[in-house]
Amino acid sequence: MSPDAGIEVRIWRGGAQGRYETFRAPRRENQTVLDIVTWIQREADPTLAYRFACRVGVCGSCAMTVNGKPRWTCRTHVSKVASGGRLTIAPLRNLTVIKDLACEMTPFFEKWRRARGRFEAAISRDDPLVPVSPESPERRAADAAIECINCAVCHAACDVVAWRGDYLGPAALNRAWAAWNDVRDGDRTAVLAAAGAEAGCGNCHSHQSCAEHCPVGINPTRSIAGLKRAGLAALLRGAL
Amino acid sequence: MIRPARNHPGYWAFLLHRLTGLTLVLFLPAHFLVLGLALDAAALDGAIAWTARPLVKFGEWGIVVLLAAHMTGGVRLLMLELLPWSERQKTRIAVSLGLAAMFGVAFALGLV
Ligand code: HEM
Ligand code: SF4
Ligand code: SF4
Ligand code: FES
Repeated sequence: MSPDAGIEVRIWRGGAQGRYETFRAPRRENQTVLDIVTWIQREADPTLAYRFACRVGVCGSCAMTVNGKPRWTCRTHVSKVASGGRLTIAPLRNLTVIKDLACEMTPFFEKWRRARGRFEAAISRDDPLVPVSPESPERRAADAAIECINCAVCHAACDVVAWRGDYLGPAALNRAWAAWNDVRDGDRTAVLAAAGAEAGCGNCHSHQSCAEHCPVGINPTRSIAGLKRAGLAALLRGAL
Repeated sequence: MIRPARNHPGYWAFLLHRLTGLTLVLFLPAHFLVLGLALDAAALDGAIAWTARPLVKFGEWGIVVLLAAHMTGGVRLLMLELLPWSERQKTRIAVSLGLAAMFGVAFALGLV
């Protein structure tokens, strides 16, 4: 497509009850989907609501549904996704739409709390540091899970979240897996208990839609399978 | 049409597993009903004559293939969940489908 041909963009307007509105935006070289949304808000309709911050794939705030797939829009090139020279941009699935492309993220982060995805220290700041070898299996497992940018793309891709809204979901469970693998944590079994509770990791059907769409290459299915195994082992040991 | 976000091997495998699982749930009671007829020789003969029809034979083969696909897919899922993680999940999906297909061919040729 030549850069000046322009592109037809359908954008979701309104809340849960809404409709698509069609805009025309100019095409530029190396243009991202976020560039298009920003152009529309600045040049065509300033009432368009959407979120972004870093524009370089770090903050995780710009995720939207682009031509049916959840994506980080600031790192998604239009040339890669515009099928037939058209874009359809909608808010993320499995979250409540506030307005246009902005969703209520609170329930998503609530799930991180429920999955006990935080560090609980066993010692105080006055104690000597606990060494963790970069080569240890736990540290490697945590490494593979830890670069999550909280974008909720996997949460939007997951059908189990769509089926039961209270399912902790891939992002929170992936975080719990990183927490479980932190050997400095004071109560690691509590992570397994929280992640394996009702609406927890046992609900995952291993569709791998989360892993398929995570923009930073994290594999939540792998993390959830790890939680299932660790939970089962703890159960058999009588520790859970 | 499968939605774009679901169009990947893991989801196809899940769909196949659910459809085969549900079909088996429907089929098994009928299967046991026929086995129960063994108590009455005449009824069993009638049922067996019925299963000799080509269409029924074909259906029977279909059920065997579904069971094979559900079994290989189920073993794959158990491996995913219980064994140390492997990055070859898509390869395993292909292998489980291949094994089920081989089983179907073997059954059609009367090898099993
Ligand atoms: C032959 C050995 C079998 C194995 C290894 C097996 C394995 C499995 C596994 C691992 C699951 C969980 C799938 C998931 O997490 O999504 C499952 C689900 C299921 N199975 Fe089987 N199964 C077998 C036989 C059967 C039979 C004989 C029936 C029918 C009565 C059956 C009906 C189902 C159903 C209805 C589901 C639920 C499907 C879903 O949740 O999507 N299975 N099976
Ligand atoms: S693998 Fe589990 S968490 Fe990931 S999309 Fe599938 S059901 Fe959801
Ligand atoms: S796991 Fe990946 S897709 Fe999910 S929130 Fe983290 S970065 Fe986003
Ligand atoms: S704007 Fe920060 S990740 Fe896209």
